[in-house]
Amino acid sequence: MEVTITINGSDHAGDVEPRTLLVDHIRRTVGLTGTHIGCDTTSCGACTVLMDGKPVKSCTVLAAQADGSAVTTVEGLKTAEGLHPIQSAFTDDHGLQCGFCTPGMMLVGASLIAENPDPSDDEVRWAISGNLCRCTGYINIVKAIRTAAARAAESSGGS
Amino acid sequence: MAAPTTPAEIGGIGHSVQRKEDARLIEGQGNFLDDIDLPGTLHMAILRSPLAHARINGIDSGAATALEGVVAVVTGDLMDQHGLAWMPTLSGDTQAVLATDKVRYQGQEVAAVIAVDPYIATDALELIEVDYEDLPPITTPQQSLEEGAALIRDEKEGQDDNLVYTWETGDPVATEQAFARADRVVTLETHYPRSHPAPLETCGILADVNSVTGQATIYMTSQAPHAHRTLFAMVAGLPEQNIRIVSPDIGGGFGNKVPIYPGYVVATAASLLIGRPVKWVESRTENLISTGFARDYYMKGELAVTDEGRILGLRVNMLSDQGAFYSDAQPSQFKAGLFHVVTGSYDFGAAHIDCKGAFTNKAPGGVAYRCSFRITEASYLIERLVQNAAYEVGIDPAEMRLRNFIQPEQFPYETATGFVYDSGDYPTALRTALEEVGYDDLRKEQAEARAEGRLIGIGIAHFTEAVGAGPSRTYDIAGLKMIDSAELRVHPTGKAILKLGVKTQGQGHETTFAQIVAEELGIPATDVKVEHGDTDHTPYGLGTYASRSTPVGGAATAVVSRKLADKAKKIAAHLLEAADEDIELDSGVLSVVGSPDRSVTIQDVALAAYTNLPEGMEYGLEDVTYYDPPNLTYPYGSYIVVVEVDPDTGVWEVQRMVALDDCGVRINPMIVEGQICGGLTEGFAMSAMQWITFDDDGNCIGANFMDYLVPTAWETPRFELLATEVPSPHHPIGAKGVGESATVGSPAAFVNAVIDAVAHLGVRNIDMPVLPDRVWAAIDAAG
Repeated sequence: MEVTITINGSDHAGDVEPRTLLVDHIRRTVGLTGTHIGCDTTSCGACTVLMDGKPVKSCTVLAAQADGSAVTTVEGLKTAEGLHPIQSAFTDDHGLQCGFCTPGMMLVGASLIAENPDPSDDEVRWAISGNLCRCTGYINIVKAIRTAAARAAESSGGS
Repeated sequence: MAAPTTPAEIGGIGHSVQRKEDARLIEGQGNFLDDIDLPGTLHMAILRSPLAHARINGIDSGAATALEGVVAVVTGDLMDQHGLAWMPTLSGDTQAVLATDKVRYQGQEVAAVIAVDPYIATDALELIEVDYEDLPPITTPQQSLEEGAALIRDEKEGQDDNLVYTWETGDPVATEQAFARADRVVTLETHYPRSHPAPLETCGILADVNSVTGQATIYMTSQAPHAHRTLFAMVAGLPEQNIRIVSPDIGGGFGNKVPIYPGYVVATAASLLIGRPVKWVESRTENLISTGFARDYYMKGELAVTDEGRILGLRVNMLSDQGAFYSDAQPSQFKAGLFHVVTGSYDFGAAHIDCKGAFTNKAPGGVAYRCSFRITEASYLIERLVQNAAYEVGIDPAEMRLRNFIQPEQFPYETATGFVYDSGDYPTALRTALEEVGYDDLRKEQAEARAEGRLIGIGIAHFTEAVGAGPSRTYDIAGLKMIDSAELRVHPTGKAILKLGVKTQGQGHETTFAQIVAEELGIPATDVKVEHGDTDHTPYGLGTYASRSTPVGGAATAVVSRKLADKAKKIAAHLLEAADEDIELDSGVLSVVGSPDRSVTIQDVALAAYTNLPEGMEYGLEDVTYYDPPNLTYPYGSYIVVVEVDPDTGVWEVQRMVALDDCGVRINPMIVEGQICGGLTEGFAMSAMQWITFDDDGNCIGANFMDYLVPTAWETPRFELLATEVPSPHHPIGAKGVGESATVGSPAAFVNAVIDAVAHLGVRNIDMPVLPDRVWAAIDAAG
C-alpha cells in the first residue's frame, strides 16, 4: 500500500507491505539506522521515535499507521543551529555508554522537556521507564535530561 | 585520588575527558551490526526446538523451500555433509550447530532459512515440519545426577552419565583440621540462579564469504574478534589469512558476545555455499533462550569460626547446572572458572572447594556475565556466609569482617586456594563506607524501627575480585594464551593511531586508551585515534571480558608508549645535541635535564622521526607490544545497602546504597563511575528480579522482556559512590580494572540487607531473586 511519512522534515512516499513495521521501514527502506531494535515486544524502547511529537515504539507501529504523520528520529534532532540540547547534555553528563538505547532515551527526553521544562528526578525516571538501558544505571541519563531542560530553559529565556 | 600529572589539554590519566565515542552515537551515526548492509545480502532465520528433550525422526522442509523468496533451507544433515553439524565449545566440549539426532533444550537450533527478506525467512520457519519424539526432560542438576537419569549426551563418546566435570582445589586435610578446631560451623546453602546478560543489542552476524577468492569478511557482535578469527579457522577449516572479523559498534556485551554460537556457523557456511552475504540477527527471545546464560550454581558453604569471630577455614560444595553442552567461556585450566577466589577478603589458612557440573536439558552458556569467570558466585557466597556467621557468633557483621580482613601489610597475600592478591587496604575501605552511611546511627534506627514493627536491614559486602586474565603460565582459552596487545604509530605531524587487541562494548576504550598514550607521551588524547575490532587492522589479543582490557590491553598501551618515549628521547637528544640519558619527557616536552629552555616537543620529535634522525637509527615512530601480565589484579570494594522491608507484603525498597570501590589508579574518573553505576544496577537486578527459570517440562520462563525483568529507571536505586586508590604494584600504570566490580560485589550487599531486616526472626537465607513472595514466606515461616 502507498504511504507518505514525513521523516525529519522530508516526505518519504512509497509502497509498503501492510505488515511492515515502522521501525523496519525507517531502517531498511528509508535507510536511517539510528533507530534501533532491542526486543520486539515494546518493552525496551530502543526503537522509540517521535510521531507527531509523541514518543512511540516504532516496533509496535505499522508503517501504514504512520501514513500522513510527521516522524522524528535521532537523525532529526540536530538542526542548522547545531546539536539539540539533549544531545550535548548526554555527552557532557556521560549519559551513554554503548549508545544502543541512546536514540530512544534522547527522544523521550526531548519530548519530556518540550512539555515539562523543569522535570524533577522522579518525573524524568517515570518518563524514561519505558526505555531500558543495560549500561549506565540511568543516573547519568536522568542527569543529562535535566541538564538539557535547564539549558533549553536558559536559551529560550525562560525562568 | 592522586591529582592528574598532565594538564587538561593533554588529558592524561586522572582527567574526566569527554568520550570520543559519543559524537557518532548521539547523532544516530553508530555502526552496529544490523546497520551494516551489503549489496545482495540474504537474511537468515532459525527454527528452534519447542521441546526440551526429543528425538528428531525427520524434518520436512519442502514447503519452506518452495516459498517465494526463500533461497535455501539448511538442516543438520546438510551441515553434516560439510562436517559442520557439531562445533567445539570454548570449554572443550562439542555443541550441535543444527540438531541431527535429538534436541537437548528448548530453543536449540534445528534448521535455518535463508531468504531475500527477513520477514519471508521468518514466514518460512512455520512451513518446516519436524517429527519429534518426546523424551523426558531433566531440568535440575540434582535430577540429572540421580541414578538412572536419562542420558542427555548419548552421542558423546565415553559419556555414560550426565556429569560434566568434577574439580577441586585447596587442602582437604588442613581444612578438616581447621574445622576440628572451630567453636562452630556456619552453613549456608543457596542457589545463585540462572541469569542472562541481555545486552540491549542482541547477537548477530553478517557473513560475506567470496567463494572465488576465499576471502571471508565476517561482521559480528564479538567481544573477542581475534580469538574468534582463530576459532573460525579451526572450526571451518578456512585459512586464517583469509578471515577478517570486523566487530563494529557493540550495543553492550557483558559476556554474552564472547562465545561462538551455532547461528554464526550456519550463516558463514550459508554464505560460502550460496555465494552471497548472509545476515542473522537474534530476536530478543532467541537471545534469552539460547545464547549466553550465566550463573546457575547451587552452593553449600561451611565456615569454621571461633567464638571470638575468627574464621579458621572454609569448605564449599558446588553443583553447577551447565545445560546441554559445556560451553563456559573461561580459562581452560579452571573447570569452575575462578570460583576458588571464594575465600574473599579474609585471612585464614584452610579451604577446600569441591565442584561438580551436570548436564541438563537447558540452554548451554555459562558465560562470565559482567564477571571474571564465576567470581560473582564466589563473592556472593563468602559475603553471605560471613554475614550469617556474625549473627551466629553474636557480633556485628561489620566487626566480623574487620576482625578477619587481610591487613594492608600482608600484601602480596597468598590465599588458601593459591591466588596472590596484589594490594589493598580493606579496613580503610570498609571504615570509610561505614562512616559515610552512618552505620552506628543506622543500627540504632534499626532497633527503634523493630520496636515499632518496621523492618530495616543493613547489608554489607566487602568483595575482592581477581581480574585481568591473565599470565600465560596459567591462563588460556582453547589453548590461546590470554595475552593482549597494543600497536602505536605516531605520524609526522605528531598525531597518533593506537590499535588494540581488545574491543569496547561501551566501556569507552577510544577515550581511556588515548589517555594512557597522552599520559606517557604527552600527545593530547584528542590527537590519538583508537582503532579496534577489525582483525585485519589490529594486533592479536584475546578480547574484552573479565575486566581484562585495562589490566592487559591498558598495560600493553603503556608499555608500547614507553618504547616510543625511549626512541623519542634519543631523537630529542640528537636534535638538542645532548646525551640520550640527559633527556626527560614531561607532558609532551622533551628537555635537557637541568636546562629546561633546551627543549623540543613530542610533535617536533615525531616530524624528526621521518625527516632528521641520528646516524643509524631506523625511521618511524611506531611499535607494538604483546603484554603477558605477571599476575592478575585484585580490585575490591565495600558496599553497604539499607533496605526497608514491608512485613505484610515482603516488598523491599532500597533506602541507601553506598559503594566504595578501589580499582587502583583511575584513568578517567567519569567513565569509572559510569561503569560502577551500571554494574550496581545489574547487581541489584540479579538480587531483585532477573531470573531465567524453567517449568518441569523444560519450558524457559523468561523468554522475553515481559517475563525476564530487567530494571527500569523507576526501580533502580540511587547510588552514593566513594573511592580509595591503592595502585596495583605490578601494573604499569597501577590500574586494576573496574567494569565488573559492582556486579560482582553488590548482589550480596542487597541480599544481606534483606536478610538483616529479618535475621532477628531467625531467617538466614532467601534465594535470589529476592522476590516479595519469597520474603513474605520466609517471614511467615519464621513465625
